[in-house]
Amino acid sequence: MENQLDGNASAGTLQAIFPFEMTEVTVTCANCDDSNLIAETVVYMSGMGTIVRCPSCDHALIRIAHAKHRSLLDLHGARVLQFNGDH
Amino acid sequence: MEGAEVLGRLNWQFGEVVATQRETDRAKSITLSVPDWSGHRAGQHVDLRLTSEDGYHAERSYSIASAPEDRPRVTITVERIETGEVSPYLTDELHEGDKLELRGPIGGYFVWEASMGGPLFLVAGGSGIVPLMAMIRHQAASGSSVPTRLLYSSRSLAEIIYRDELERLAQGSKRLEVRHTLTREAPTGWAGYHRRVDADMLREVAWPADKHPLTYICGPTPFVEATATFLAALGYASQRIKTERFGPSG
Ligand SMILES: Cc1cc2nc3c(=O)[nH]c(=O)nc-3n(C[C@H](O)[C@H](O)[C@H](O)COP(=O)(O)OP(=O)(O)OC[C@H]3O[C@@H](n4cnc5c(N)ncnc54)[C@H](O)[C@@H]3O)c2cc1C
Ligand SMILES: [Zn+2]
Repeated sequence: MENQLDGNASAGTLQAIFPFEMTEVTVTCANCDDSNLIAETVVYMSGMGTIVRCPSCDHALIRIAHAKHRSLLDLHGARVLQFNGDH
Repeated sequence: MEGAEVLGRLNWQFGEVVATQRETDRAKSITLSVPDWSGHRAGQHVDLRLTSEDGYHAERSYSIASAPEDRPRVTITVERIETGEVSPYLTDELHEGDKLELRGPIGGYFVWEASMGGPLFLVAGGSGIVPLMAMIRHQAASGSSVPTRLLYSSRSLAEIIYRDELERLAQGSKRLEVRHTLTREAPTGWAGYHRRVDADMLREVAWPADKHPLTYICGPTPFVEATATFLAALGYASQRIKTERFGPSG
């Protein structure tokens, strides 16, 4: 609860990895199958990294960990990412 | 509405502080000149990165307060959190001529452009006014005719950010209505609300749901969640309510 944000807060971190603005991408939860815009997910951020959680079941959808000279992206909680528009 | 735009990956760059302005005891606006700034949309933010001598980084997001029409300059407004790591540096120690590392513009969801129409309902708690002010300034600068209502919750009269400018804009316009609520002290004779935003207040101030308003709520996380829940109960369609959470309330 301490530092609960939403997907808007993770936009910069995601756009530093993916070549798109990511908050209007729809993410489907691998645990409960609910789909939400990344902007409308629950996000926790700290110096260690970023966790994007499902707003329905709290499952971790995306984790980004920062370590010295590298970042780790864990997407296994996200079944599908849906990008709209022409890519 | 547009889908995810191809903008390219974000990179860190340096901006120079070209002006600062005190807004309240705790809040300060900082205007940056950023070389190669691509322009922004009202509601977007930047990420700032401070680096200490030992190489340790602290990153925080700050909404852009200025209208896109002010390009190439970008203004942010920062409220000092007493115990904070980053905000006291920005409000108290940063001066004209200093360089700041930033990336942006960031975000595509919590954005309003005049072409998106309305009527607009904006609800701000504390520094949550910042991205909404960019929308109001954009509305004024673009000559948009979209009717707009702002409900702005502050602790006290002295803590209202952009108070004079909001008053001026509302007086000079038939499109903008501004209502304030104060959650702590209110001066005697105060004509605004004097309590936290609640369902009754929203019923009085918000557009009727059958006008299909487009709503933006921004502020501390608990404020945003309470307001969105009240509006849903008033029949507001969730797809037309956009929210942005700034974190814990002070
Ligand atoms: C998308 C986005 C846009 C933002 N835009 C703005 C903006 O335009 N202007 C602005 O002033 N801030 C904005 N913020 C908040 C900003 O990013 C920082 O969180 C804030 O400045 C506090 O940082 P700090 O390093 O000073 O405090 P920290 O060192 O991070 O926190 C210190 C202590 O204060 C508490 N705290 C953290 N944030 C707040 C808060 N907002 N209110 C009260 N207590 C808090 C923490 O829980 C902690 O106990 C935005 C946040 C997001 C996610
Ligand atoms: Zn889920």
